[in-house]
Amino acid sequence: MQVQAHLMMVMVLDKCLGCHTCSVTCKQAWTNRDGVDYVWFNNVETKPGSGYPKRWEDQAHWRGGWKLDRRGRLKLRAGGRGQKLITIFGNFDLPAIDDYYEPWTYDYAKLIDAPLADGPPVATARSRITGRPMDLRWGPNWEDNLAGVKPADDPAAAGLERELLGRYEEVFLFYLPRICNHCLNPSCVASCPSGAMYKRASDGLVLVDQDKCRAWRFCVSGCPYKKVYFNPVTTKAEKCIFCYAGVTEDGLPTICSDTCVGRIRYLGVVLYDLEAVTAMAETAEEADLVEAQRQSLLDPHNPMVVKQAEKNNIPYDWIEAARRSPVYALAKDLRVALPLHPEYRTLPMVWYVPPLSPLLSGIGEAGYDPEDPVEVFGAVDDMRIPMQYVANILAAGDTAQVDDALRRLTAMRTYMRRLQLTGRREVALAQAVDMRAEQLEQMYRLLAVASREDRYVIPKARFEAGAALQSQFRGAGGRGGAGRSPRRGHRRERRP
Amino acid sequence: MNTKNAWELLLFVILPYVSLTIFLLGHIWRYRFDQFGWTSRSTQLYEKKLLLLGSPLFHYGTLLAIGGHALGLLIPASWTEAIGLTERPYNLLAEVAGTTSVVLIIIGLVVLTVRRAARDRVRQATTKLDLAAFSILWVMILLGFGQTVIFNLLGPGYDYRPTISVWMRGIFSLQPDVADLSGVPTLYMVHITMAWVYLALFPFTRFVHFWSMPVWYLSRPFVVYRRRRREALLSPGESKRWQTVGDPTRNERPR
Repeated sequence: MQVQAHLMMVMVLDKCLGCHTCSVTCKQAWTNRDGVDYVWFNNVETKPGSGYPKRWEDQAHWRGGWKLDRRGRLKLRAGGRGQKLITIFGNFDLPAIDDYYEPWTYDYAKLIDAPLADGPPVATARSRITGRPMDLRWGPNWEDNLAGVKPADDPAAAGLERELLGRYEEVFLFYLPRICNHCLNPSCVASCPSGAMYKRASDGLVLVDQDKCRAWRFCVSGCPYKKVYFNPVTTKAEKCIFCYAGVTEDGLPTICSDTCVGRIRYLGVVLYDLEAVTAMAETAEEADLVEAQRQSLLDPHNPMVVKQAEKNNIPYDWIEAARRSPVYALAKDLRVALPLHPEYRTLPMVWYVPPLSPLLSGIGEAGYDPEDPVEVFGAVDDMRIPMQYVANILAAGDTAQVDDALRRLTAMRTYMRRLQLTGRREVALAQAVDMRAEQLEQMYRLLAVASREDRYVIPKARFEAGAALQSQFRGAGGRGGAGRSPRRGHRRERRP
Repeated sequence: MNTKNAWELLLFVILPYVSLTIFLLGHIWRYRFDQFGWTSRSTQLYEKKLLLLGSPLFHYGTLLAIGGHALGLLIPASWTEAIGLTERPYNLLAEVAGTTSVVLIIIGLVVLTVRRAARDRVRQATTKLDLAAFSILWVMILLGFGQTVIFNLLGPGYDYRPTISVWMRGIFSLQPDVADLSGVPTLYMVHITMAWVYLALFPFTRFVHFWSMPVWYLSRPFVVYRRRRREALLSPGESKRWQTVGDPTRNERPR
């Protein structure tokens, strides 16, 4: 056993209000440069919907992530090493800019320069790539709040068209904020022919070495979540860096977490066994992947685990942080969080608490006794968002996992409601979902009242590691990189 | 020394060494100081269809051409004969491979050039250096195309191995002899001269991605982990990294 520490994020979808504050603050911090105008390290999608880039979940088309070969061994879906080298002169699986959207700005100068006229001057849209006037037909969140969504555009909705189209008054939506999942078994890293992408052993973050990237672009197509982007100005791959400069080096939350209005995000440390990663990703049945990954999160209270972690040079305060980890609690202890598309076999480390949604009809109307603690759970099946749809996104289609998580959330709500109204601790409710009453109260505290220190438990970098951290500083420098002037000859915003 | 000799000396002795020097030092400089700029400068994000057609044709044709040039120019005829490749089969091989590569390259390059000129998004990503590099590439390839057509397809073929190859190896053994080149058709001479100009430009262009062919990907572990180097923490001014900046004696001032 080799114990490693990993940073992990959990997002509680019930609390996401779709305000895009995370996306905007992330963009302001990291991708407001030339060449990454079209890039959103963090974006919020409305589900159902095709997403960003369009239909990213359709792996039959994009061929991202892993699959198992006939012997049950992991294989990149896009083909092996030899195949990559043979097709290195043109990547057939790479999304083009139109699959994301063509970035644009407006001809603001017109507002000032326009000669005196009867009508008001108009700032028309101009492409940020060519500088030419353009017709706006698609954008980063074009389908916000179901605008123009057809279920056929959503790969996760395959076979559910009737439920999704539903009756107009039963329509539903939820928001899915997405960042890089910093996977345990990242297919982008495995796809990079140059070896420019790597996982930091200290905290598991997946990063791109800007000096080593040679623009082969296989990381972009290799990531099934399409969360590695190509910067066409610097011609280097870029991706979410989990705000590492602040997170792991100063104990601060990522900017998407810190600015989240709904406080949906939880950050913390988990421990895992490096040697078990491959076996976990090779779990035969897709439906078992959630449980396999959950079991791989090691119990930081187990003295054996702690002893091994110390042996593997995990600093004391990191082990301590793993004990207080809110993400470990949500993912493993309370079992309410699920990984995004586990069937890609990348073992993502950003998990989601599935959304409870309004019932199709009132509990009483549907024939349930709202006073009977066990009957309340029957209502879970009658929720407006089809369980199968959520399971397609968060549990490789296994509705049992989603059902279990939703029942636990429902139990917590009912339990707390009874506690607050009657002062009684309804232990039967906890037992009905295989939990203890204290666990339900812990879940309530985490999900409802947790303060900043409880939601983000991130140890600071150790003083002794200061020099090593300094040696990592390479910046996104060079011409056209962050903080530098754009590459000469790469013209932008040409005036007509 | 007559004028003709002076020109020959300039083009076939001095130019090669100047070019090779720039080629070598340029690469060292670029590798040392411009890792960030060392890429294939892909524009596939902007345009996919034409690239997927033209780029593989051009690259495979080029690899074939590079192999052919290395074989023809650097390996003496006596060596190929020693392994049983006599003149007739060698010439046949050279003609077939040469023609194939020229066809692949020309089709590929036409597609890529049309793509670069006709697609706004790709055109705006083209630098002046790109234009210079592509122009020289075009001239060289057209000359090579001309040689293939005039000498190999229409004519009986020109055997460059007793002349150009001998002179070329003379350059690498530091004994270049212009006399080896007597009787070489002008078309070849121009092609060679353009090649030296091209090589001198090579280290400063996107062509350096040729050296980044990631063959070690075949044997590498799939997932790469990086550990922090264990370094002792130094006070500011103690590290060599800092000493390269500013006054090196600044920490030694008397109180």
